[in-house]
Amino acid sequence: MSQSHLSTQRTNLHKPEIKSVVSPKKKLRNILIVLIILSLYTFSSIQTSSFLTQFNAEFFQNVGRMIGKMWPPRIGFASAVWPKLAETIHMAVIGTTIACIFCLPLSVLAANNINQNKYLYSTTKFLLNVLRTIPELLLAVIFVSLVGIGVFPGILALTFFSLGILAKLLSETIESIDMSQVEAMRASGGNTIQVIRFAVLPQILPQFTSFSLYVFEINIRASVVLGFVGAGGIGLLLNQQIAFFNYKNAMALTLIIYVVVVSIDYISNKIREALL
Amino acid sequence: MNSETNTLPPRPKQSKTSLLKKYGLGLGFLALIIWSIMGTNEKVDWTRVFSMRTIENMDRVIPKLFQPTLDKLDRVLELMLETLLIAFTGSFMASILAIPLGFLTAKNMMGNSLAGRIANFICKLFLNAVRTFPEILLALIFVASIGPSPFAGVLAIAIGSTGMLGKLYGEVIETIDMQVVEAMEANGANKIQTLFYGIIPQILPDFLSYAIYRFEIDVRASTILGIIGAGGIGTLIVISQKNRNWDEVSLILIVIIISVTIIDLISAQIRKRLV
Repeated sequence: MSQSHLSTQRTNLHKPEIKSVVSPKKKLRNILIVLIILSLYTFSSIQTSSFLTQFNAEFFQNVGRMIGKMWPPRIGFASAVWPKLAETIHMAVIGTTIACIFCLPLSVLAANNINQNKYLYSTTKFLLNVLRTIPELLLAVIFVSLVGIGVFPGILALTFFSLGILAKLLSETIESIDMSQVEAMRASGGNTIQVIRFAVLPQILPQFTSFSLYVFEINIRASVVLGFVGAGGIGLLLNQQIAFFNYKNAMALTLIIYVVVVSIDYISNKIREALL
Repeated sequence: MNSETNTLPPRPKQSKTSLLKKYGLGLGFLALIIWSIMGTNEKVDWTRVFSMRTIENMDRVIPKLFQPTLDKLDRVLELMLETLLIAFTGSFMASILAIPLGFLTAKNMMGNSLAGRIANFICKLFLNAVRTFPEILLALIFVASIGPSPFAGVLAIAIGSTGMLGKLYGEVIETIDMQVVEAMEANGANKIQTLFYGIIPQILPDFLSYAIYRFEIDVRASTILGIIGAGGIGTLIVISQKNRNWDEVSLILIVIIISVTIIDLISAQIRKRLV
């Protein structure tokens, strides 16, 4: 009798009552969230005709056939690519440079520790936020319609596109600088320009260079797209090759773009590491 | 007055190599910029850019950009919804696909065996290769192989996002507290139990936060996929441009700005609560 009692006690010891860490209310909420996301996914995948049943044999056949058409890439085409590639890099360099120059005053205006005027600050911030949401392609479309087809609208589009990103990143850096230097400059009679030149600029310079290089990387990628709407660069060539079903040429172009993007990313990463 | 108090302290001396590096870098950048300016100068016909035609164009286009037409609001909203759905489907697929890849790239999950290290290396290489591949090129390849449809856009977004998410997931997994895992293993938990009770609770908030952040990026990316026929609002941008319906372009612009801003705000709020 006593032995069986002991054994039940032992099993009780071995199996303590498991209490969930999560309260039932929270559990219900989590399950609900997961269900909502899953149903949203089902809805959206049906709407975009990409439901899981789309990954059938036909799909893989199509992709396989396409790879067969694209491979091997025609390497001989590479010599024809160089001028357009140089054009793409030119556009990215000039767009980034102009954006770098114009983003300095803008980012000072969008930093609330330097710009004490509340209205000016929020207006600049609002404009920058709006600018950042416009896709580069849309900017290119507008500029092409304004100044005609060519490299110039591409440069303008890249400038405005990178201005938004750069000014936002830089203004956040300015907001986190050491303010004691700014106060010391003000206390000893420095005017706003002097404060910015000698107290703000030295503190943000490494980040400024790093962000510029980062935006340059983004611009190289973005400038591939610009050619599709006639704003210069390598995209135009790619579009043509695909329109004429020269898939081997298009593959060679794609690989060249990829190599250029990767090597520019690599170089700029190395420079950024050395700077920071 | 003591003359020493009036002079500035001497500037700290910089080593010759660092100075050389700085000047070399500066000169390199300058050369790059000059080369670009010269290259562009040849290509741009400045007399055409600054001509009466440009002024006429501006006169015709800019006022229209500030007078959006509401005629095609239905169509624009419909396509914007499609854009959002493409981004959502793509980033959802990527956030699932990236989980195994994230585990494979995390050093602390793969152990020190040779096979583990090889798998680790291959996965890292694959993710890096995918991450740097511009999405629009992926979309181009998919449109060419399965025809112009939103499905091509979804695939491009999914594969492009997997690269970034896999890398970020791997980094999150590498920074988890391994003591929890070790304690569970010491208590006799098997692999599945350690995964569900030791690892997943630690990584879930970061994973979700990154997935939502990537969705934000994907919304922006999917607005332009339409120009090559991969669905979404980009299709309409190109059509309106070709038809010179600038009031329509203006409407599209406004719809994109508003929807992207709303999504950014919502996702920032959710991420703030998650982490």
